[in-house]
Amino acid sequence: MTQSNRIAGGQIDRSQTFRFHFDGLPYLGHPGDTLASALLANGVRLMGRSFKYHRPRGPISAGSEEPNALVELRSGARQEPNTRATVAELFDGLTAQSQNRWPSLKFDALSINDRLNSFFTAGFYYKTFMWPASFWEKVYEPIIRRAAGLGSLTKLEDPDEYDKGFLHCDILIIGAGPAGLSAALTAGRSGARVILADEDFRMGGRLNAETFALGDQSGADWALAALAELASLPNVRLLNRTTVVGAFDHGIYGAVERVSDHLPVPLAGKPRQTFWRIYSKRAILAGGAIERPIAFENNDRPGIMLAGSLRAYANRWGVAVGDRTAVFTNNDDGLRTAVDLQAKGVDVVAVIDSRENSELLPGIRHLRGAEVTNSAGRLGLSQITVRMADGRTETLKVNALGVSGGWNPNVNITSHHRSRPVWREDIAAFVPGSGEIANLLVAGAAAGSLSTHGALVTGDEMARKALEGLGISAISAKLPKAEDAPVRIKAFWHVEGASRAWIDQQNDVTVKDIKLAHQENFTSVEHLKRYTTLGMATDQGKTGNVLGLAVMAELTGKSIPDTGTTVYRPPYTPVALGALAGRGRGHEFKPFRLTPSHKWAEEQGAVFVEVGYWLRTQWVAKAGETEWRQSVDREVLATRKSVGICDVTTLGKIDIQGTDAGAFLDKVYANTFSTLAVGKCRYGLMLREDGIVFDDGTTARMGPNEYVMTTTTANAVTVFRHLEYCRQVLWPDMDVQIISTTEAWAQFSVAGPNARNLLAKVVDQDISDAAFPYMGAGNITVGGLRARLFRISFSGELAFEIAVPTRYGDAMIRKLMEAGAEFDAVVYGTEALGVMRVEKGHVAGNELNGTSTALNMGLGKMVSRKKDSIGMLLSQRDGMTQADGLRLVGVKPANPAEALKAGSHFLKTGAAATAQNDEGWLTSLVYSPHLGHHIALGYLKNGASRIGEKMRAVNLLAGTDTEVEIVSPHFIDPEGERLRA
Amino acid sequence: MIINHPILGPRDAQEFVYLGDASLIHRPDGLTASIEAFHDYTYLRANPAGLHRELWYHEQGDRSWLVVTRNTVTHEITSVELARDVARSEGRSK
Repeated sequence: MTQSNRIAGGQIDRSQTFRFHFDGLPYLGHPGDTLASALLANGVRLMGRSFKYHRPRGPISAGSEEPNALVELRSGARQEPNTRATVAELFDGLTAQSQNRWPSLKFDALSINDRLNSFFTAGFYYKTFMWPASFWEKVYEPIIRRAAGLGSLTKLEDPDEYDKGFLHCDILIIGAGPAGLSAALTAGRSGARVILADEDFRMGGRLNAETFALGDQSGADWALAALAELASLPNVRLLNRTTVVGAFDHGIYGAVERVSDHLPVPLAGKPRQTFWRIYSKRAILAGGAIERPIAFENNDRPGIMLAGSLRAYANRWGVAVGDRTAVFTNNDDGLRTAVDLQAKGVDVVAVIDSRENSELLPGIRHLRGAEVTNSAGRLGLSQITVRMADGRTETLKVNALGVSGGWNPNVNITSHHRSRPVWREDIAAFVPGSGEIANLLVAGAAAGSLSTHGALVTGDEMARKALEGLGISAISAKLPKAEDAPVRIKAFWHVEGASRAWIDQQNDVTVKDIKLAHQENFTSVEHLKRYTTLGMATDQGKTGNVLGLAVMAELTGKSIPDTGTTVYRPPYTPVALGALAGRGRGHEFKPFRLTPSHKWAEEQGAVFVEVGYWLRTQWVAKAGETEWRQSVDREVLATRKSVGICDVTTLGKIDIQGTDAGAFLDKVYANTFSTLAVGKCRYGLMLREDGIVFDDGTTARMGPNEYVMTTTTANAVTVFRHLEYCRQVLWPDMDVQIISTTEAWAQFSVAGPNARNLLAKVVDQDISDAAFPYMGAGNITVGGLRARLFRISFSGELAFEIAVPTRYGDAMIRKLMEAGAEFDAVVYGTEALGVMRVEKGHVAGNELNGTSTALNMGLGKMVSRKKDSIGMLLSQRDGMTQADGLRLVGVKPANPAEALKAGSHFLKTGAAATAQNDEGWLTSLVYSPHLGHHIALGYLKNGASRIGEKMRAVNLLAGTDTEVEIVSPHFIDPEGERLRA
Repeated sequence: MIINHPILGPRDAQEFVYLGDASLIHRPDGLTASIEAFHDYTYLRANPAGLHRELWYHEQGDRSWLVVTRNTVTHEITSVELARDVARSEGRSK
């Protein structure tokens, strides 16, 4: 296809030609084109279908404010829906598809919605799909989702990488148009560290789209020269293709750099996009202004666009959208489009000017006091109807119409901290409110200085202001002479008509919808937005919001500022979730911590389980074991029969030292530690201040002023944080120092009747029962290497935990297994650990669930009332101490051959399975190879006095109802003889 | 947000863990306080739109607990002190 609409000029590189496809058809374009400019150059105006009515649509803008021209860019796993064709940079081989149409863009079956438009007005969903309520989820919503979709997701994994980065600067300048460049020149020459960010791939802003001269250069050439100077300054960083999407606290701005979106695929090792967090001392917003349309009947036809965009396509991209053009304006800026296009040789049929007294344009049919009342053309504009000042109407054959309702300063970022823009009557637009974001200055059109001269001057001014605040003396550039035309506008918002006139094209909100909202009293801007969905689409109402507000103001008879204003939230433009995630996806989503025996366990073919950040051995399958229970049962039986070894490094370890260490532990534990003898361990119970159990573990006294605390794996970090809180905030004068040593020690549990025999071969000291009794603790050596030994048991067997410096952990597991060979030592994983602790009746995470008290666990007597400790008092309050409250019990099936189900609730025999009859629930369930049947722990009302009672364990989800017997939670060795062997 | 740590200088808020109202410093003694008073200490908080003194913990840093005075409306931080110093000056000891 030929580039039928390409005209001379523009900043495209005609020496190279790109081939690309849209909806399967081939087209040609050039470097410097966007997808939209290239399609328009090829005579393609129809690029999409609207959201609700499936109306044919083309681009109305030439920038990121675009509501209509949304396409699916690329194909396969890289396909991205809802991409704005107006900012998609053309590359060779690009492919794009139109979206929200079926079966094709030119014939869309759902355009029937357009004929049914009277049903689809504002509030349609609220009114129509209310009854019956149960239909919403199953019937209405799926149908609506299918019909009113935007682009589609491929559901394939994104093959590209994304990155996150941090940048620091003195002055961040947002936008590289005349104001931003002027500010950057002053700030850069003065030596400040400057970041200049612009969302466009070509910096220069409107200078690239206008024909004004700056001094003796064209605007585009002046911009190039300014950029060349800035690029030569080592203190200035230029970030093109970078959108500043949000202003956050304390000078931090978020920005997305599209590093590789202009390439078919990212270069090797490069991310597709980078999300920058920019830390600035000062920021200057030079975001320019966004033109707004005038609403009239059928103003959404492809070929009708904003006047400034129409001339941007001509001036920057060398594209005449149509060969017969008209302009509809209420201000002088619209006239520039007519002048520029005529100068380019485009036939300008007429300028329809809503003002009666504007200065008459020479050489152009300038219809003052006139209005465009309607348009026609099946898939694109072919004619407009004009009502003249004298009331006569005339039909004009045109295929492009530029519309200008005035320019809105781009206040978006200034309202990210709740500040509201203020109305300026002289330019009929909102400008940034005062005192909005600390250290943010606004320059140029964004501040309401809409001339080129105003942009250059205020850019320099704001840079000086920022430099002054930083204590840097300013060196200003000599600014070139530039146009300084005043804003001449007579506010004019919409043409009265019988049919629909669009305000928000992306969400299909029309003047009629605003009238309906007004009629039904949704007149506040917040209600207006939610009732009509005005401004709620992906473009966030950049072109439509102020227009909608103005129409509401007319209807209510109030002024625009009295009607309300429009505030924006981050992000400025849509941000891919991939960019926010950065590298944190898949395996990189979180870090992994490996235990010291990990390598050895891998060699044994261990199966690992994620426990927080840790990977722990879950079980080790031996030859012939095909089912996990076989491995776990073997590990349990072998440990109870002889000896088993488990890596318990993941438990939190905290060294606590100081003359007040014992007193400190008495404060943080519910039970007493100051009386613990040196060389002994004690089980400790830690409460939260509200009386609920926080954590548990054993703590050993290694010296008069030295303790070693262990915590659960899950709470290692939070317990340490809590201890620091107690030490610094609650008892700041206690002499106590703490340090986490979780990673410093590799720790192994050695459990079973042969535990001592095995360890005796490894350690240098006497560890006989007399020398190292139950709950003993001490510093020992292993072949001369410093180590710690604790005689503690989670399994209920004779057991020790031995700790060596982490770097010896791998050697230690190998040495233990070698020494254990003669005892048939096994390694057991977390599953076997769980089985043995349930057999012994020890609580763990399932019981320490954030709602249980010490009393619930049968440990009420551990809470000492003789001393003040965290949670002591509130554990005594009403509701926590009922005699018939939940207590920990053991549970077994009445018929040992029957299985139990996790999550079952306890009910009396014969009671209906209702919440009222619920008496408690099963918390932990295992198969005990020792006993040969399922056993469980659970919380049961008044459980301690119900031992021997027969009940039912009911799981309504699994559909099970099993007779069970309530037993003591200690299934093996209730007297603890094994521990003390 | 940026918290100007009294020892380490300006640090990103990501390095910190937030706890809440600095009135937590004034913990009653569990042996002498009434359950009601302790309940109020544990659960009742002012919820000001404006200046708020709150506890932050520099977990990815030097493990200091800090008292940060922050305006909940603007997020402006007007003072950052070591919680230990504040606790001492407000009568906490052992």
